[in-house]
Amino acid sequence: MSILKEEFPVVKMDFVTAGEASAQIKRILKKLGVDAGVVRRLSIACYEAEINLVIHSEGGSLSLEVNPEDIVLISKDVGPGIPDIELAMSEGYSTASDDVRMMGFGAGMGLANMARNADKFRIESKVGEGTLIEMIFNLKQEA
Amino acid sequence: MKLGNVMEILSAKPLSSFVDLDLDVKCACSSDMMSDVLAFPKEHMVLLTGLVNAQVMRTCDMLDIRAVVFTRGKLPSAEALEMANENGISVLGTELTLFVASGKLYSGGLVGGTKDKA
Repeated sequence: MSILKEEFPVVKMDFVTAGEASAQIKRILKKLGVDAGVVRRLSIACYEAEINLVIHSEGGSLSLEVNPEDIVLISKDVGPGIPDIELAMSEGYSTASDDVRMMGFGAGMGLANMARNADKFRIESKVGEGTLIEMIFNLKQEA
Repeated sequence: MKLGNVMEILSAKPLSSFVDLDLDVKCACSSDMMSDVLAFPKEHMVLLTGLVNAQVMRTCDMLDIRAVVFTRGKLPSAEALEMANENGISVLGTELTLFVASGKLYSGGLVGGTKDKA
């Protein structure tokens, strides 16, 4: 049974509120007393996911599920989808506009950085439908 | 080194309402791309940047970066400064360029971040 389940909407191209969901998630995890290292890795992956939703999607959400053994973070959007996931995962590849780069994002590090920080990373995408990213962070130390 | 040493090396001025001069600084990251900063996290890191928007502070908040230096005389936006003050992030400003400021800190003993798991 989950300890906590919550969903946070993320708005397309809204740079004023970008990062607020991640900040809120970080506060929740700290309050729950989650290990600082896990909070740090999850915060980075979560912020990357949120920025991607803001920059690339038509809008979406982040959902947080805290379980006794792990934390599941899901980023889900309503499009436009990624045509070539392997290419999108390679560091440095980005389709972000110059305007987004002026904001300090779009270096093409996001997906790879999410995968690096999560203990398990899964991505599914369908062009015209949307993208789903599931990240799992273990709470129990592996033996 | 301490943030006070960073301030001295860079001839920097405090920009936030509170600056923790006693803060331990072990490494630095210099970039205008927050995506790159997110990929090189390390503890006790100071961020040097010319990007002045609020996402700089949001990035610092996510990475637990407690100190930022704005280079080339650039001033952070009011929103960024407000966020820094709210989150207890020490903000400094220097007239030096990002390259020169980085070089001075590197010569002073600070190292860079690494692309490991945070």
